[in-house]
Amino acid sequence: MDVTNLNTMMIDILGEIGNIGSGNAVTALARMLSKRVDMNVPRVRILEFKDVAKVLGGEERLVVGIYLDLNRDISGNIMFILDLDSAINLTNMLLNRTERKDELDDMAMSALSEVGNILASSYVNSLSSLTNLDIAISVPSLAIDMAGAILSVPAIQFGYISDQVLLIETIFEEGNNSVKGNLFLLPDMVSFEKILSSLGVS
Amino acid sequence: MKIIKVGMADLNVVKTPGILTTLGLGSCVGIALYDKYNKVAGLAHAMLPSSKEIRNNENKAKFVDTGIELLIEKMIQNGAFKRNLTAKVTGGSQMFAFGKNNDILKIGQRNTLATKKKLNELNIQIISEDIGGNYGRTIELNAEDGLLLVKTIGHGVKII
Repeated sequence: MDVTNLNTMMIDILGEIGNIGSGNAVTALARMLSKRVDMNVPRVRILEFKDVAKVLGGEERLVVGIYLDLNRDISGNIMFILDLDSAINLTNMLLNRTERKDELDDMAMSALSEVGNILASSYVNSLSSLTNLDIAISVPSLAIDMAGAILSVPAIQFGYISDQVLLIETIFEEGNNSVKGNLFLLPDMVSFEKILSSLGVS
Repeated sequence: MKIIKVGMADLNVVKTPGILTTLGLGSCVGIALYDKYNKVAGLAHAMLPSSKEIRNNENKAKFVDTGIELLIEKMIQNGAFKRNLTAKVTGGSQMFAFGKNNDILKIGQRNTLATKKKLNELNIQIISEDIGGNYGRTIELNAEDGLLLVKTIGHGVKII
């Protein structure tokens, strides 16, 4: 199967999986922060390589990315991406910092990785119970850099099998608008087939 | 001056005056070729080391091996001579660090190795490089002098 072979129903199903998974993840984030967190309806996006970074506002935009590998029955990855301000605001909230810091120190980066871990676990847990597939996640890894450079990592994984990238994107926002981020699920093509067939679609 | 953007899995050629640029180069490799006598510049932004390992290989610019071949072909069409070409190589970062050996995450290193091997086979000399690390790069290749500007976030700006 190729990205271009997916029909509307398949894409709707992937979107619904994203909806359930990221709903769980966003609930976990709201609980961590004891604040309201809103999310959009997840979008399934199929993009040319050159357009991938446009999702985050251009190749050179500075972002914080937390990357986790998916393995066992499914392979692919989950990425949690924030702009720098959001990342700083989020860690100030999490660490109950009264004195506002303007950069990410080691403690803040470690806290962000843990947030990534919790979001990815909640996402994957619901995906796993929905499909009965065994899915494990790796430890999180964090990078602060240009959006293009960060997104080159999942894009390359798609490069092996396709000329396009398929991602399931959720945008979420903390109630006071101080934290805005993107959560991406990027399963590889073989995994799509597994996910779809586990749900009785082929 | 003409500024031409080269996207991921893409390549382009310009004869002076003009600049070729690629933004946010991460684990991909940026291959800059230049003919200083005819002032023809070429830039490829390749994602994967080899077209031979992969079934879906229609987009030649996606791979180091076929990308370099196609880039040279296009440069010759634009007035360059193969024997005049020199190369500058950038990119090939490892954006995310993991403890275990992970092929996917080491792709940056594999991309730069494949680039050096291919250029060596074609007898094209690499005159400078800025590769590896764990950060992204934006590069600009000027067709007037072949200078390559490398910009980073937090790791300085240099001309190679």
